[in-house]
Amino acid sequence: MVLFVFRRLLQSLFVLLAVSLVVFFAVYAVGDPIELLVSPEATMEDRAAMIARLGLDKPVWEQYFTFLWNALQGDMGKSFVHGVPAVELILQRMPATFELVVVAITLTVVFGIPLGLVAGLHRDDYTGRGIMAGSVLGFSLPNFWQGMMLILFFSVWLGWLPASGRGETVSVFGIPLSILTVNGWSHLIMPAINLAIGNIALVLRLTATGVYEAQTHEYVKFARAKGVRPERIVRRHILRNILIPVVTVVGMEFGSLIAYSTITETVFAWPGMGKLLIDSIYQLDRPVVVAYVMLVTLIFVIINCIVDFMYAALDPRVQLVSPSH
Amino acid sequence: MAQPTQNARARTIQPLAETPRRASILKKLRARPTVKGSVIALIVLMVLVFAAPYFAPQDPYDLTKLNLLDGRLPPFSESMDGMVYWLGTDDQGRDMLSAILYGLRISLVVGLTAVALSTALGSMAGLLAAYIGGFVDALIMRIVDFVLGFPTILVALVLLAMMGRGVDKVILALVLVQWANYARIMRSRALQERRKEYVEAAANLGFPSWRIMVFHLLPNCIAPVMVFATIQIATAIALEATLSFLGVGVPITEPSLGLLISNGFQYLLSGDYWISMFPGIALLVLILSINIVGDRLREALDPRR
Amino acid sequence: MSEIILEVRGLRTAFHTEAGAWPAVDGVDLTVRRGEILGLVGESGSGKSVTGFSILGLIDPPGEVVSGTVLFKGQDLRKLDEESLRQLRGNRIAMIFQDPLMTLNPVLTVGEQMMEAILTHENVPTQQARERCREALAMVGIPAPDKRLNSYPHEFSGGMRQRVAIAIAMLNKPDLIICDEPTTALDVTIQGQILYRMQEICRQHNTALIWITHDLGVVAELADNVAVMYAGRIVESGPVAEVLEAPRHPYTKGLLESMPANSIPGTRLHQINGMAPSLAGRPQGCAFRPRCPYAIDRCAEEVPDVTEEGVRSFRCYVPIARETATA
Repeated sequence: MVLFVFRRLLQSLFVLLAVSLVVFFAVYAVGDPIELLVSPEATMEDRAAMIARLGLDKPVWEQYFTFLWNALQGDMGKSFVHGVPAVELILQRMPATFELVVVAITLTVVFGIPLGLVAGLHRDDYTGRGIMAGSVLGFSLPNFWQGMMLILFFSVWLGWLPASGRGETVSVFGIPLSILTVNGWSHLIMPAINLAIGNIALVLRLTATGVYEAQTHEYVKFARAKGVRPERIVRRHILRNILIPVVTVVGMEFGSLIAYSTITETVFAWPGMGKLLIDSIYQLDRPVVVAYVMLVTLIFVIINCIVDFMYAALDPRVQLVSPSH
Repeated sequence: MAQPTQNARARTIQPLAETPRRASILKKLRARPTVKGSVIALIVLMVLVFAAPYFAPQDPYDLTKLNLLDGRLPPFSESMDGMVYWLGTDDQGRDMLSAILYGLRISLVVGLTAVALSTALGSMAGLLAAYIGGFVDALIMRIVDFVLGFPTILVALVLLAMMGRGVDKVILALVLVQWANYARIMRSRALQERRKEYVEAAANLGFPSWRIMVFHLLPNCIAPVMVFATIQIATAIALEATLSFLGVGVPITEPSLGLLISNGFQYLLSGDYWISMFPGIALLVLILSINIVGDRLREALDPRR
Repeated sequence: MSEIILEVRGLRTAFHTEAGAWPAVDGVDLTVRRGEILGLVGESGSGKSVTGFSILGLIDPPGEVVSGTVLFKGQDLRKLDEESLRQLRGNRIAMIFQDPLMTLNPVLTVGEQMMEAILTHENVPTQQARERCREALAMVGIPAPDKRLNSYPHEFSGGMRQRVAIAIAMLNKPDLIICDEPTTALDVTIQGQILYRMQEICRQHNTALIWITHDLGVVAELADNVAVMYAGRIVESGPVAEVLEAPRHPYTKGLLESMPANSIPGTRLHQINGMAPSLAGRPQGCAFRPRCPYAIDRCAEEVPDVTEEGVRSFRCYVPIARETATA
């Protein structure tokens, strides 16, 4: 057990290191921020001062190690554009993104799993087929266009919901959350749906296939031969078996959603990490881009570890501990 | 014992034609909702795409033909010289229909090229990993795991931020992001096939490794890869559209559907919906038909059925 | 004679394809009395398992039980609705499947899977149900039953899993247990133990048994009566000792002769020529005719009806003469 945990952690560390290398050098090969930040009329002295201040004159390797050292202490440089520490900037925007992702995941589970269950149990009916057809539409819709059409429909034509931005927030333990206000919800609901639709489709299909296959398993037939009621068969036998892969997928999707929130945040002008990333790419704000990638990688790595552990806990066939008998 | 009176041409029994529940059982057995519609849609789209230069009302790249005064006209409006803008115009006065036709072309070309290259690269990697094994296998799979551990959109985004805009760069980014999937599929299939006797036979006959890989293993492992590739075409097209929308994809000189949609975004709020809506519908139809066909293909080839 | 528990008449079960419905079970008659052990013997593809499932109404599309009556204690099971059938299953009629690894749900404990068999039919307190499960495990010879109740199926060996299946079948003291090749997946030594245990339990509780198998040897040891199945039909039936000693149907004779135990050491093993026909490839008339050494023209024209001779019956136009002993 300890060995397993240790190996996983080591793997994660390796991934983080590799990513830091790749990202650092990739991003630092991009354009010339000096051109961006220094006005054309600046004197040579001003330029030199700027370069020195931002540390852009040292050799790349030195910049990397300084970066790594600082990163371990939580300092990944100051934003070229905003002048505040990059990490701070991202952390400021994190609650907004997490809000969006958490609501999207909740929608995914609440809609995706039951719909998938129905589709799997009624696979050969019109109901099941209809749901599956709908799911194909769900994951075929280009996410950004879908968001735009939502805005067109609900904001421009119907005028029910605001087209962009985040609503009023309430501070909870110092973190501003908008899910606690009605106004907050009116702003949150569209982007959350936008983010969730593709995911719902995926989880739906996964659940449906799982349920359909589980039905063909011998143990289902055996349960019927024992006289077990159909509801219990679905609940205890089928659901329990498919819950394992579904839970792991949902866990992994959490990380994926954080990534895809970049698109939704751009379309809905939602002040989250994703939008910050896009803006920073445009503005060649390297520290922010690097910090973003590192933080997101960290989140991913943590999620993967958690999912692995959860999987082992849920499936009695996977043994983390050596059997005692 | 006397020889049996064997009748070599024995007649076999006839099946039962009607039973109480045959009708309802057959109804459920019959094929899924037809994919004919998707196939037709795809063919139409392909034809449109290749015939675009010949029958698009207007060349959207020819700046001399554009008239700013014709900008932002709703669908079915007429231009000064009597041409009908079936789907309206964008802010530059470009005919949306023509722009969409050309945009479809770019989207399709990028998608197909990216998938073709990813398949080639990924398959080779997977094949090598499976056949040679050992260190090469471990190395390749480490890289594959690494690449696949990250959301494609982010990787592509950062890559393109680094490389700048351009059709070739977009294709490169897509390939770098997608090849790993093919490698994994090919490798797992090749590992199964490698244990089979025909591979051993070929090796015993003295064929060089590369020959065995290409002429013996590859044909038998290609099926799952091809099925995956078909579905991935839609993914590639969607990814390119997204990247172009975000401004890191194709340059404005060669607008793909994603870029067109992006252009129209700012006008959405004032109600000029057609600039974004129609390119989106075209994109949706393209992706949807590929997905439906690919899905059906995957089902048909599923060994468990 | 004891009462008749199960009486099957003219059972026909077909599987649907686009081309038509092929009968896997084509007119089967069976009779089982209380406490009797009936061996249902046949090769793979003969339709014996399908017969078992048909009795319990567990045939799923594209299969369908087309016609026939299945009288259980006088009640026609085919006329019952699903809920009434459900109440009988696992309660008055139980079933044991072939592969216990596949039939037990890997993510639920054995205890839970046993208790649900009780709790779905009776409203007893959990503790009492658990106690009954414990007793059942002990009865089939599983040590440390308490701990075993909390274990998962993959923690048991093959033989033990099948004992668990037997225990589950016995939980509600059914009148009839249908066993579908329960020892085929186990090794021979375990097989012997299971057979012995089953026989003991059935004698003790006067439970009737239908033992479906391809192994005549097992039937010889275990059963009171035997029914031989070929290509969806019962070609011969009767008391075990009589049928095995003096078979009337050429197929039964062929089966007996091809048993390794009946061969003379040093000579070639006897085999029946040809292969059993596939579902769609059954010949008209008697299905065994292409492989039968005694076939006449009439065998190709019509399916032989059942001829009854006292307690024995067979379907054959050229049955083996009564006086002929087997080799």
